[in-house]
Amino acid sequence: MLKGRHLIDPCEFTLCELEEIFGLADSIIHSPERYSGICENKLLASLFYEPSTRTKFSFDAAMLRLGGQVLGFSDPNTSSAAKGESLKDTIITIANYVDVVVVRHPREGTAKLLSKHSPAPIINAGDGGHQHPTQTLTDLLTIRHYKNQLNNHCLAVCGDLKFGRTIHSLVLAMDRYEGVNFIFISPEELKMPSYIKESLRNPYVETNNLDAGIASADILYMSRVQRERFVSEDEYVRLKDYFILTKDKLQEAKKDMIVMHPLPRVNEIADDVDTDERAVYFQQTKFGMYVRMALIIKLLGLE
Amino acid sequence: MINVSKLKRGIVIDHIAANHGYKIFKQLKLDELDDVVVLMRNVPSRKLGKKDLIKIETDIALDFRVLGLIDPNVTVNYIKDGELKEKAKLSLPRDVSGILQCKNPRCITQQEEVESITFYLVDEKTKEYRCEYCDAKTSL
Ligand SMILES: [Zn+2]
Repeated sequence: MLKGRHLIDPCEFTLCELEEIFGLADSIIHSPERYSGICENKLLASLFYEPSTRTKFSFDAAMLRLGGQVLGFSDPNTSSAAKGESLKDTIITIANYVDVVVVRHPREGTAKLLSKHSPAPIINAGDGGHQHPTQTLTDLLTIRHYKNQLNNHCLAVCGDLKFGRTIHSLVLAMDRYEGVNFIFISPEELKMPSYIKESLRNPYVETNNLDAGIASADILYMSRVQRERFVSEDEYVRLKDYFILTKDKLQEAKKDMIVMHPLPRVNEIADDVDTDERAVYFQQTKFGMYVRMALIIKLLGLE
Repeated sequence: MINVSKLKRGIVIDHIAANHGYKIFKQLKLDELDDVVVLMRNVPSRKLGKKDLIKIETDIALDFRVLGLIDPNVTVNYIKDGELKEKAKLSLPRDVSGILQCKNPRCITQQEEVESITFYLVDEKTKEYRCEYCDAKTSL
């Protein structure tokens, strides 16, 4: 049962529960009109203690497309936080007004803290560098859509594997499925942390060569290298161009491979890749909306 | 060596690693007891070289979680009528609440007042615990 549950960490839902959400997302994609009024008279509170336009739009669009309504803030300076109210008091108050709460906060563990005090389901929309579970659900639904299942894939992830939260969550989530192989492609300085590698059930290989990794991949997940991670501008400039995907490099890849990216990209995927039919990163954002629609319906117990 | 009278009834916490005695004394709030409590430090020990030891002249319910967290190798002896009645060995608790603080500067508990944070054991060897909120690891 997903009704009334919180979503704080993507691994706290069982594979069966995830399948329930993905199955519902499938039927929303297939016949969206069936669900356009399912959240009528339902309210979603959207609490963004740090701005994230993409994530906020995705949740807002999901709720509005289900016939529900959204209220909230996207600037902490206008909220009660600015008046010094505790998060606990804020959530106890807000949860009285609404049916479901989406929260983003720069501090790690915030969604978990709120979930302890909120009678309404809390959806973690990012808590600092910690978790961003709906991004992971988005990625899983995208893979499931294009590759028909989540088992038996070779997943190559490329870019900043050291600090990339999105990548860590995806790898840990995919490791719960059977027959998965990982290829970790990164420069030496940005390698996958050992605590993640040690926790994996499925096999992995590491390389610092995108060309070598691309050939056997079923899924290539690209990620950006964040400027704020680096001590100096020189380091950043040297590393950020390390692994750029171009149409040329795609020649080595399987015909049915898919290229994913959480967006926004900086320059790690050349524009000429966009027209390749293996590039699914723009569709990926649309799956993000569908999976959020399915999640809201499930947490509200409407289907 | 100072002579401490033989205990008739109470608890002896033995085999405390040197320097852990005071920590245990403080964390178990033994200073708040009205009964006789003796903390002995740097007692010569065959097993440990030096050890600390605590004698409590009363029957109280010890917080085994706190004790196990600070020093899982201690022995707790219950004395009745001047004789050893029961010996208890400790182990690291699976989870602890209200004792540890999260050291992650980005954790929400650094900003918001949180009464009792639960930590879950992740590694027996290193005695590392993870914060229930941010998952950052810490140890006592
Ligand atoms: Zn913490």
